[in-house]
Amino acid sequence: MNLVIALAYLVAAVLFILGLKQLSSPKGARNGNFTAAAGMVIALLATFPLLSFTTAGKVIIVIGVIIGTLVGTVGARMVKMTAVPQMVALFNGVGGGAAALVAVAELLRFGAHPAFAQSFPSVFSIIIGSVSFAGSMVAFAKLQELMTGTPVTYPNQQVVNGLLAAAVLGFAIAVLAVASIPFSFIALMLLALILGVAFVLPIGGADMPVVISLLNACTGLAVAASGFTLNNFALIVAGTLVGASGSLLTKLMSDAMGRSIPNILFSSFGKVQTAVGGAATAQARSVRSGQVDDLATLLAYSRRVIIVPGYGLAVAQAQHAARELADALEKKGVEVSYAIHPVAGRMPGHMNVLLAEANVPYEQLKEMDQVNDEFKDADVALIVGANDVVNPAARSTPGSPIYGMPILNADQAKNVIFMKRSMRPGFAGIDNELMYEPKTIMFFGDAKDSLTKLVSAVKAA
Amino acid sequence: MSNELLNEFTFFILAIFVGFEVISKVPTILHTPLMSGTNAIHGVILVGAILIAAGANSPVTVILGLLAVILATTNVVGGFVVTDRMLEMFKGRQQTKPAAPGSTQPR
Repeated sequence: MNLVIALAYLVAAVLFILGLKQLSSPKGARNGNFTAAAGMVIALLATFPLLSFTTAGKVIIVIGVIIGTLVGTVGARMVKMTAVPQMVALFNGVGGGAAALVAVAELLRFGAHPAFAQSFPSVFSIIIGSVSFAGSMVAFAKLQELMTGTPVTYPNQQVVNGLLAAAVLGFAIAVLAVASIPFSFIALMLLALILGVAFVLPIGGADMPVVISLLNACTGLAVAASGFTLNNFALIVAGTLVGASGSLLTKLMSDAMGRSIPNILFSSFGKVQTAVGGAATAQARSVRSGQVDDLATLLAYSRRVIIVPGYGLAVAQAQHAARELADALEKKGVEVSYAIHPVAGRMPGHMNVLLAEANVPYEQLKEMDQVNDEFKDADVALIVGANDVVNPAARSTPGSPIYGMPILNADQAKNVIFMKRSMRPGFAGIDNELMYEPKTIMFFGDAKDSLTKLVSAVKAA
Repeated sequence: MSNELLNEFTFFILAIFVGFEVISKVPTILHTPLMSGTNAIHGVILVGAILIAAGANSPVTVILGLLAVILATTNVVGGFVVTDRMLEMFKGRQQTKPAAPGSTQPR
């Protein structure tokens, strides 16, 4: 590698590091993204002198870049803010897929008996890249609601997954120790893809953020491994940075949910059957549902209202309506704040982004630890499309799938208004006792419609 | 262990520490954008995809190369664009912040 290319790669690596640094503080975050993108451009430009093109090679690079740019731009531009989490899953998956394909191409080029220093990272990259690709696609399907968000479980699931993992390991050893032939490493890739699917299926939709973050870190490591195979500094450093920061971020995220990573990945939502059964029997119980005018009066004559926004608000694009309601209430002298659960929406920080889009003043957004003691002084907790994050079962029912998850103490408010489309259980697939409390009033309907109605009723009150 | 491998291994280990250190103080609200940003950075696999695609000389390598370049480019472009869209929202908030004190807030 000549000096100029090496230096350009070094510059790219520094830009990636600086970009990450800026991305982790609110002030510099957007610039951080540009810094990292600049690093990417430099890394790509520096690569071109290394290439010796065949005619076909030129053509496929041009076609591939055009298609990828179109798909990436259109996908990222068109997606609604509410659907961003699954888009991240998708973009992460394709990166893992690319890493696996690069490793396959390298193994093909090496022949049957490559040096261990080259075959090992290739095999690693194929396995991790494929798991990441397939796992991300399942995560995407769950979040996009192409398939059920509840955990998919079947008898002996752990055994099946264990056998799959053993088979992957077996083929990996075969490629490394016996012969690196296409049959072996294609089989390895297919098995790793199946393993990726099997790995994510039993994890509930509510835990997808942590899974996506973990797979993101995995893709980083697969990229780093490809860097070892190709002897490419940029891939090693950038891939490792993502692998390390992604692992830490995964831990920070699961900490924010009050869960451990193994708990999320392997054991958590194991007993879905009983939980779903519980929800079914609960349908018969009665709830109190209220009229717009009564609710508006209750709100307008409160001293303190805490709004608990959840995914339902996001889906209905109701963040602007929520802000209008808050404004109308403040005109009546009501103190309004928003209680943001760390995983409100679908990902940590997702709800803050949505409310920021609606220009909600920053001071009104309160994080869970900050706001939880304030609920007991609140006259009304207005729950807009949230469910699991206010489910007292997390505190009181050890058998519940969400037991142990930190929740917002909305049940401690003097009154609870629960805005929801229907009695359907939330993402975790379990019933919410709070809906049946005597102090709870249900207000059924689309979050945006309901809020808009409330706004005009409050103004009239 | 060859010299080159030793060098690569050194970078690898050092990058692990830098990766941990550099994001260790991230606030919760930036978890999603940061994940999306790191997601875009591992799109650097496009460098690898281009390296294998450039020399494609058989139907199999052409298909592998083409697929790898498409997937990796989608990762890079989509990753950075979607991260920017998220962070755009944060910028909007900071601009409107001075306007906020107009609302009454008994506290």
